[in-house]
Amino acid sequence: MTTISLTDLYTLIPESFLTLAICFILLFDQFLKPAQRNVTHYLSIATLAVTAWLVTRHYGDATAFGGMFVHDGIADALKLFVLLTTALVFVYARSYLADRGLYVGEYYVLCLFAVLGMMFLVSAGSLVIVYLGLELLALSSYALVALNRDSPLSSEGAMKYFVLGALASGMLLYGMSMVYGATGTLDLNKIHAASVAATQPTLLLFGVVFIVVGIAFKFGAAPFHMWLPDVYQGAPTAVTVFIGSAPKLAAFGMAYRLLESGLGGAGPHWQQMLAALAVASLAIGNIAAIMQSNLKRMLAYSTISHVGFLFLGLVNGAPSGYAAAMFYAISYALMAAVAFGMILLLSRAGFEAEEIEDFKGLNQRAPWYAFLMSLTMFSLAGVPPLFGFFGKLLVLKAAVDSGHVWLAIVGAVFAIVGIYYYLRVVKVMYFDDADDATPLAAPSDAPMRWVISVNALALLVLGLTWGPLYAWCARSFGIS
Amino acid sequence: MTLQLICFYAFAAVMVASALAVVTVRNTVHAVLFLVLTFFTAAATWILAEAEFLGIALIVVYVGAVMVLFLFVVMMLDIKPESMREGFIRFLPVGVVVAAVMLVEMLGLIGVKAMAAKQMPADPAVADGVAQNTAWLGKALYTQFLLPFEIAALILTVALVAAVALTHRKRTGVKTQKPGEQVRVMREDRIRIVKMAAETPTNPTTGESA
Repeated sequence: MTTISLTDLYTLIPESFLTLAICFILLFDQFLKPAQRNVTHYLSIATLAVTAWLVTRHYGDATAFGGMFVHDGIADALKLFVLLTTALVFVYARSYLADRGLYVGEYYVLCLFAVLGMMFLVSAGSLVIVYLGLELLALSSYALVALNRDSPLSSEGAMKYFVLGALASGMLLYGMSMVYGATGTLDLNKIHAASVAATQPTLLLFGVVFIVVGIAFKFGAAPFHMWLPDVYQGAPTAVTVFIGSAPKLAAFGMAYRLLESGLGGAGPHWQQMLAALAVASLAIGNIAAIMQSNLKRMLAYSTISHVGFLFLGLVNGAPSGYAAAMFYAISYALMAAVAFGMILLLSRAGFEAEEIEDFKGLNQRAPWYAFLMSLTMFSLAGVPPLFGFFGKLLVLKAAVDSGHVWLAIVGAVFAIVGIYYYLRVVKVMYFDDADDATPLAAPSDAPMRWVISVNALALLVLGLTWGPLYAWCARSFGIS
Repeated sequence: MTLQLICFYAFAAVMVASALAVVTVRNTVHAVLFLVLTFFTAAATWILAEAEFLGIALIVVYVGAVMVLFLFVVMMLDIKPESMREGFIRFLPVGVVVAAVMLVEMLGLIGVKAMAAKQMPADPAVADGVAQNTAWLGKALYTQFLLPFEIAALILTVALVAAVALTHRKRTGVKTQKPGEQVRVMREDRIRIVKMAAETPTNPTTGESA
């Protein structure tokens, strides 16, 4: 029987701090008047900053609670980017929430709980922790999507998300129970050893199929993507920007823990499944996005295609492939934050800038924001020398390296299809005339103006100097 | 045949019979009560297999709480047994197909399980020298599974916060009593004394004032 000592808790300092801080914010917020909500806002951002500092503070790989919690470079990198993306989301969301009467403490508390779930998910060393971390993230997300109760679209999205999410959790649990049945352990390291040694892996593979389905559901990979467009469109944009960015990093962490740390021995089998999912996601995501007139919906389909690209890195099944996929997940999270942040920036009380039409002639009205938005669109499309291009380059290279040349060709073809709908947004902004040519009043939220500008320009800077970030990803996976 | 085996067959027979009764009896209240019996005998077989905790949890959670709720719902609904029987013949082919598919799946699953070469690990309670299953579970929950246990607590907190965030709202235009204000009320708030000249009655027949 395992014994718990203080060193176990030492490994969990960032998570423990975040838990206590959430409880404090939850109680403290009750004593604030609605006019003082800014205190909660800044307190939440400070919490994220302190948690990030604590994550960087401790070095060295360690496990805690008998291997249930794993602390390594991969978990650290993912946690830092989850925290960074969430802080960006908080900055972007404030004025939108305030304009719509959604500026409540629960938004921050639920987002922070989701962050805590993601931190456990990427550090999981046992099937139980994977499942519980996932549920912590998912339950918070369902509630966030439904936060705007008076909107039927929101409620519909939340209902679909809840039902399909519960189904996906069920699939994952079923798969986990099969894997437990085949290996007799919940510990991912022991499962790895058992999956490598398995001579007759029928039951194990039966479990792998369901686990891959569960992962695909959570990522939103085709053909398990049905919930994604409705949820992205229905959720308040301030929530869409959250669920569209940070959880993708956590989903990558979950896929890595389950498939590589756990079921590495069954690699050749799940790589085939992921390759099929990647092709379906690339095709459905890119082709369906062309037909969308709603920007949030278009970005939802573009997410599906990006998940397809991310899977190209996972299909590689070697550390360099995982590093490429992680780089891709980080680049996507930062790009999604700006893209949805732009919708938040241009929305006002009683007006949602979520139709592509709403961006018509943006160049005449607000040239700087039109420039930032086009930078983001070019980056999402994968135009060099922007951040998104190098993500695509690395995952395509990973696919070629693992001998899946045909997969890389499919990826490249659909990347070109994808350029069409991203460029349509740019065309609408620069070449169409605005219905109302009056210059757009600068948003009153100064921190948001600055942060979104820095975030968008970072896509250019990180594109020009992508080396250090990739080196960090590679180092996490033990490639020097 | 040991006593344990005899008990198992007895419980299993009652369980199968009551499970059949759940789907065949006409009265829905009786069906729910048979479901209670099914759960009860299932709990008994678990206790027989030395999984006392699961057995007790089944009785406390399902029989004690969930089924009572179920019974309330069934009693509230006005279900006519005749309407339940409608279309029995019409839907029979579909039902048979579904039942056959489920049977094949279950048999397949048992087949897959038989294929697995791995033996299930021995009962950890026995291995650790703790006689009782419940005691072992409690110990494992607070040592080996402490972290999952705490995360589960966080999930329940999220459920609580979400439920309040989604249902609690300030309602306007609701007439509720405010005892504080009622107690604090002064005579001046309710009664206004107006000074006015006394009216002189008029004669109804002549219209002249008296």
